[in-house]
Amino acid sequence: MKVSEVAKSLDLRCCVPGEEDGSVTGGYIGDLLSWVIGRAGKGAAWITIMSTSTVAAVALLADVSMIILAEGVEPDKELADKAQTHGLALYSSTMGAYELSWRLHELIGESCAGVR
Amino acid sequence: MDVMHCTYDIDGDDFTSAGEASGKMKRVLRKIGVDFEIIRRCAICMYEGEINMVIHANGGTADVYVDVDSVKIELKDNGPGIPNLDLAMQEGYSTASEEVRNLGFGAGMGLPNMKRYSDEITIATRLGEGTTVTMMVNFNEKVRRGSFESCGNS
Repeated sequence: MKVSEVAKSLDLRCCVPGEEDGSVTGGYIGDLLSWVIGRAGKGAAWITIMSTSTVAAVALLADVSMIILAEGVEPDKELADKAQTHGLALYSSTMGAYELSWRLHELIGESCAGVR
Repeated sequence: MDVMHCTYDIDGDDFTSAGEASGKMKRVLRKIGVDFEIIRRCAICMYEGEINMVIHANGGTADVYVDVDSVKIELKDNGPGIPNLDLAMQEGYSTASEEVRNLGFGAGMGLPNMKRYSDEITIATRLGEGTTVTMMVNFNEKVRRGSFESCGNS
């Protein structure tokens, strides 16, 4: 499922649309950057409450398909700028990480299995 | 064949630019056709090294050598050195400040990640003089090699 389709289905607010409408192949929830960069799979939707510019660097290096800021967190300007510069898809939601991941799993279902 | 070599400067105390050197290296490896998983492992190793240099050592330099069968990443700093390497290698052990932890770092996974995602890691450290971390990531198959003219930042 494409990033734009996930965003629409989960009613996410678009902060930065991203350069490519990539495929979402799984999900990962985490705020500790070393865990995320080491564990989030390629194409994962990364759900976090971290909103600093360092999130952009980790998202790029981990090749996640999109960043979703949970709990109504809004991105710092530096994060939004970096996401824009590097073509990262950056969204926010008032939902918590649990609800987001539950709904995401319902959306992408079996393709999520085995992907962290 | 010659080994391709890039050098990157790592700014100390600048978290906003942390990851830029890793990003540049990643683009170079992608350009010359290195396998995706190898690039991912190199990026993780390099990024953790960058962050450690910013947090603990006021920056340093990263040298990346690409050979026909491996990537070698050499990270050098002139920081305080690592007092207890065994402790530092333990998952969850960290001496990072509260300020650094609030940015999402300091999980105590830096060196453990570097060990996990490299095939070989060597750490030379002297208190008051600095630390050099050398990591090897070996290819499973040969990479297609191209120009390295525009790599690095020095």
